[in-house]
Amino acid sequence: MDFNHSEDRRMLADTLRRFLAERYSLDTRHRISASERGYSPEIWGELAALGVPAALLGEPLGGFGGSGFDLMVVFEALGRALVVEPFLGLAMVGRLLADGAGRADLASGLLDGTQIAAVALYEPGARYDLTNVTTRAERSATGGWTLSGGKAVVPQLESATRIVVSARVDTGLALFIVPRDADGVSIKGYPLVDGGRGGELVLQAVQLPADTRIACGDDALGTIEAAVAAGIVALGAEAVGILDVIKDSTLDYLRTRVQFGVPIGKFQALQHRMATVAIEIEQARSAVINAAAALDDDRLARERAVSAAKVTLGRVGTLVAEESIQLHGGIGMTWELPLPHFAKRLIMIGHQLGDEDHHLERYVRLGRG
Amino acid sequence: MNVDFTAEDIAFRDEVRAFLRERLPKALSEKVRTGKHLTKEDMVGWHAILESRRWLASHWPEEWGGPGWSVVQRYIFDVEIALAHAPRIVPFGVNMLGPVLLKYGSDEQKKRWLPRILDGSDWWCQGYSEPGAGSDLANLKTQALRDGDHYVVNGQKTWTTLGKYADMIFCLVRTDPSAKKQKGISFLLIDMKTPGIEVRPIVLLDGDAEVSEVFFTDVRVPVENLVGDENLGWTYAKYLLTYERTNIAGVGASMAALDQLKEIARSEQKDGKPLAEDPQFAARLARVEIELENMKTTSLRVLAAAAHGGAPGAESSMLKIRGTEIRQEISSLARRALGPYAQPFISQALDEGFTGEAIGADYAAPIASQYFNQRKLSIFGGSNEIQREIITKTILEL
Repeated sequence: MDFNHSEDRRMLADTLRRFLAERYSLDTRHRISASERGYSPEIWGELAALGVPAALLGEPLGGFGGSGFDLMVVFEALGRALVVEPFLGLAMVGRLLADGAGRADLASGLLDGTQIAAVALYEPGARYDLTNVTTRAERSATGGWTLSGGKAVVPQLESATRIVVSARVDTGLALFIVPRDADGVSIKGYPLVDGGRGGELVLQAVQLPADTRIACGDDALGTIEAAVAAGIVALGAEAVGILDVIKDSTLDYLRTRVQFGVPIGKFQALQHRMATVAIEIEQARSAVINAAAALDDDRLARERAVSAAKVTLGRVGTLVAEESIQLHGGIGMTWELPLPHFAKRLIMIGHQLGDEDHHLERYVRLGRG
Repeated sequence: MNVDFTAEDIAFRDEVRAFLRERLPKALSEKVRTGKHLTKEDMVGWHAILESRRWLASHWPEEWGGPGWSVVQRYIFDVEIALAHAPRIVPFGVNMLGPVLLKYGSDEQKKRWLPRILDGSDWWCQGYSEPGAGSDLANLKTQALRDGDHYVVNGQKTWTTLGKYADMIFCLVRTDPSAKKQKGISFLLIDMKTPGIEVRPIVLLDGDAEVSEVFFTDVRVPVENLVGDENLGWTYAKYLLTYERTNIAGVGASMAALDQLKEIARSEQKDGKPLAEDPQFAARLARVEIELENMKTTSLRVLAAAAHGGAPGAESSMLKIRGTEIRQEISSLARRALGPYAQPFISQALDEGFTGEAIGADYAAPIASQYFNQRKLSIFGGSNEIQREIITKTILEL
């Protein structure tokens, strides 16, 4: 048992944090976030050159990482800088293409940043149910596939060159890689409340060659779960990075803001709330460590750990976001202050890959076996 | 980062389990499992069994009789003895005074008192709280004035857990009446048989007299029973408290209690189905289970980070708060799970040898009184509000 990250991972985290501190100020982030693309191709390329994609992908895909703790160090650093670049899709696609067979071209593009992956699993009206899929894939006359349907609120969808889509086939679920520029693919993009962009995906009789199907049947659902689990570890680590920033900046405010002639951090009503926030953040960190550690365990252990993490993050994220704004008072409501942007992201992480209620129910179901 | 137990850790766990299978008397674990009252002999006997393997003082250095375990081994041990329904180790000598003597005691004091803790010669109790010194512990008034080679002690201690069994008491006393608050306090070891000491039981809300008041009238204590320096006792007192708090967090106790709660929830029926399948109850149960899973990792992280494998400092306050919240929530859910059968309470049913008829399910008898008893968890060892004060000042630096 060892709660320190390995030397390699610490170095990667340091490099990434230094780069982001220099190149990704909050003003820069806001500018990128509000841009037409919703991400920065320039920064994306530089982060690829630093080896971040390689840290998120396993060896079969040409990377050197992809484990839970690799995701953890990278996304914690991304969270601290509130990065909007399309990393979540990359972290998840690593698990979808895990064996890498026949995907060498895609893998090399992901590694050097020339390909951007989005993972589109949820459908309008299906909330967080991964099996409630109405998108259909039919065998076409040429032996390929014809896909029709739609997907909901896909992060950084417009930036993607390849979109992994779940669809229903005769035998159950299947997964397909859809090129962004295929005929019949249309995207309705929009800004997100916490920054960056998302989009609705519409597929109208999209013709795909046979080899775009990467999994089907029980395999497909298993693969989807594994990818979502990796996504939850990534989001969880991002949340931990955000929680640490919020804690530091709120403490700073409590020490410096003077009312009634003393720093407001001298008031017990605020101190005890902040102590609770600090305890909860440590519990959230433990939950993410547990989930990261379980990412390569058997399905039941992994799924229970990631659902437990999402329940914890949902509860703690909401508490810390709301408390930090309240402890700041009016200034915590202003766009100008960094804090509320971190708080917004924290809350919206709760809306990705299943919310607290969804995962609590799921945790209970998994416990019954 | 690696949160898995190593092969050596697993082998150690198996060794502990094998020991418990062989040496933990079945009648004793059954008493613990069913929430019966333990006698002094039960507890002393269990200490002797552990000590026969040198496993009683798990965090003492080897030269003083500890087993030389790593932090992880100690954690495994604590969890396994709880899961096996062994009696908990009586903490006052082993886990409270022991660490203070090891760090601040003279060689002579270590040689004199530590072996007697291990062999059961002395049952220690804690003389900290007073009627006017609860959360404001440094407001204590019990006086010890020097008279030749003795201190003369006058005053009163209270909430002394299991004081009725004690041979010795470690006390915080005021040796300099003119000094303010924390200054002027000393740490004194007092023989409970000294003339002038009177112990009076306090009956608690569960009907049991677990704690006592201890009165001191002109009690003469030899000066060699002073630990460390005169008037520096507050430092030793705080050091002891970090051990006490870490101990109270009780991850192992929560794990055992959660197992029992799940059993109850599977057995109790609601609308013709096990209570465990009721969505509301299942959700609350899942939440506390998740918190406990998080807590396991948090406490291992804190323990691993503590220097030299000792007790953590202010982080022990975090463990105490969340650990006791979890323990209390589990006991609260167990009480709720019983429905109307939480109400019957025949206190004799918790005594050894009770032959009367049980009311309700066989697990029901102790549940509600345990729930009431466990209200203490967020009060003693420094109330959870005091822990938040410590976190505020020491960790948050506000």
